[in-house]
Amino acid sequence: MAMKTTEAGAGRRSSVGESEARLFEFARPPDEMRLDSGETLGPITLSYETYGELNAERSNAILVTHALSGDAHAAGYHRGEKAPGWWDDMIGPGKGLDTERYFVVCSNVIGGCKGSTGPASVDPRTGRPFALGFPSVTIRDMVEAQRHLVDHLGVERLLSVVGGSMGGMQVLQWMVSYPERIRSAIPIATALKHAPQQIAFDEVGRQAIMADANWREGDYYGRAPPARGLAVARMVGHITYMSDASMAEKFGRQQQQPAQERPDAGAPTKKFGADFEVEGYLRYRGDNFVKRFDANSYLYITKAMDRFDLLSSRKLSEVFRGLRARVMVIAFKSDWLYPTYQSQEIVRACKLAGVEASFCEVNSTYGHDAFLLEVEEESHLLRHFLGGIRG
Amino acid sequence: MLDLGCGNGDLLAALVKEKRVRAQGVEIDEKAIYECVAKGLNVVHQDIETGLSEYLDKSFDYTILAGTLQQVKKPDPVLQDALRVGRKTIVSFPNFAHYSARLQILLGGKVPVTPSLPFEWYDTPNLHFLSVSNFFEYCEKRSIAIERSAFLGRGRVRLLPNLRAETSVFLISR
Repeated sequence: MAMKTTEAGAGRRSSVGESEARLFEFARPPDEMRLDSGETLGPITLSYETYGELNAERSNAILVTHALSGDAHAAGYHRGEKAPGWWDDMIGPGKGLDTERYFVVCSNVIGGCKGSTGPASVDPRTGRPFALGFPSVTIRDMVEAQRHLVDHLGVERLLSVVGGSMGGMQVLQWMVSYPERIRSAIPIATALKHAPQQIAFDEVGRQAIMADANWREGDYYGRAPPARGLAVARMVGHITYMSDASMAEKFGRQQQQPAQERPDAGAPTKKFGADFEVEGYLRYRGDNFVKRFDANSYLYITKAMDRFDLLSSRKLSEVFRGLRARVMVIAFKSDWLYPTYQSQEIVRACKLAGVEASFCEVNSTYGHDAFLLEVEEESHLLRHFLGGIRG
Repeated sequence: MLDLGCGNGDLLAALVKEKRVRAQGVEIDEKAIYECVAKGLNVVHQDIETGLSEYLDKSFDYTILAGTLQQVKKPDPVLQDALRVGRKTIVSFPNFAHYSARLQILLGGKVPVTPSLPFEWYDTPNLHFLSVSNFFEYCEKRSIAIERSAFLGRGRVRLLPNLRAETSVFLISR
C-alpha cells in the first residue's frame, strides 16, 4: 500500500553502516540460570548488537526481539558482507526505529545458533556440543536472558520492546514478566498462543528434520548435518510466510531456466525436477538456510513457540493486569499464519485490563512476511507511537 | 473518553489538549488510523458495529458518536452499546428537518444538500436521516434520559431547533 509521508526523517534512508556482534556472558556457575523446565543452564552467552547511543539518563533504549530464523544482526552490515541485517529497513538514522534518537539493542535468543548458547554450543561439562542434551527453553526463558543483558547495559526501564512473529511473543512475555521494566510495547504479527494450525506447520518442519537419516537423534555435529530435512522444513516455512496473492505475483507459473537446476540433480530427478520458478525458489531458499542455521535449534525454537501460552489457565482480563505501559498492536491483512483475530485477542486482553492500547491492521498482500516488508506503514506507526512515549 | 468513529482524530486531539482527557478512539478506515497515530492518540482499528461488545459496562466516562450515528448500518444497537459502555454518551448528527432541507424537497422536489448534509445522494456516507424531533421521540421510546442539548445553525440556535438547527448535539444517559 503506497503511502505519502512528510516527516523529516522519511527521505533519509541511510544505514547504520558497519555493525558488529558482541558477546555477553552471564549465569556463570554457581549462579546458573534456572529455566522454566526446572533445569539449570550456565554459563550462558548472548550474542548482541546495538545501534545508536544510550543517552545519559539511559531512557532511550529499545529492545528488538527477533523471529524464528532471525538473529542479533538486525541492522547494518558486517564487514565484508553485502546483505544487511534482517530489519535494516526499520533500524537506522531517520528510520522507523531512529538510531539518532534511540539506542536499539537486539540479541540472539538462547537455544539459537547465531552466537548465543544453544544445542550447537559446547557443553562445558562434557567438552562436546549439547545437541539434545541442551535443556528445553521457553519464550519466558529467552526473555529472562534478555533481562540479564538489559541489566548489564544499565537500563532500568526500556523505552520499548518491539518484535514480530516469535519476536512478538517475546514482547508479550516482557509485558507479563517485567511490566515495570518497559514504558511501551509493540507486538507485531503475533499471538497469545499458537493455534493448532500453527503448531501443525511447526510439527511438519520438525518431522522433516527428524526424518533425515543424518539427524542421528541430534548427534550430528562434526558429521554431515540433516541438511535435506532442514531445507524441507524451511521450504514449508517460506510458504507459510507468503500469501496466495504474493506468490502468484512473484512466480505465476513461470517456467524455470534450466541453468538453475541443482548441481547434483541426476536423471531420476528430471521427472520431478523444478519445472516452475516457485519450485526453484523454494529449493534455493532451503539450501541457503542450511548454511546458516542449525537443525537442532530449529527444533528447540519451534517447540518454544508452540508451548508459548500467555493465557494458560487465566482469564483474558487477568493477562495484562497491572501493566502501565502503552501498547501498539500491529497485524497485517493477508497474514494467514498469524491472522488478525489473534492480534485482536491481544487488544481485547489489553482493553479488559485497562491498558492503553492502539491497534492497526495494515492492508497488505505480502502475508506473514509483511512485518518485514511493509516498511512505510510500519515505520509511520512506530515512529509516531514511540515519539509519544514519555518517561 | 471513547470516540466511536473518531476519523482522523481531530476531535480527540482537541479534547486531549484542551480538556486533558484520557482518550481512546475507534476507527474503521486505515488511513485515518495513521493520522490518529501521528497525533499521538490511542486508537483501535475496528468496526464499531461489531467491536463494542468487548468493552465492559460503564468503562468510560463518556462515549462519543460525533456525526457517526447516521453513518452506521444499525444505529439502534450501536447507540445502545454506546450507552452501555459510557456513563454518559454524547451524540451529534445533522438535522434533516432544517427548513432549508424541507424547502428543497417541498419546492425543488429533490433530496436536500445543506451545510450539515453536504453530500450528493450518489456519494454520501450517511445511511440514515433523522431530525431533532425524531431523536427526542427515539429517546423517549428507548427510555434514554436527555441531560443536555445544543443546537447549531449559523450560530447557537435556541428557538425552534427542529426547524432552524443544522446540527444537534445531545448528552444522554441511561
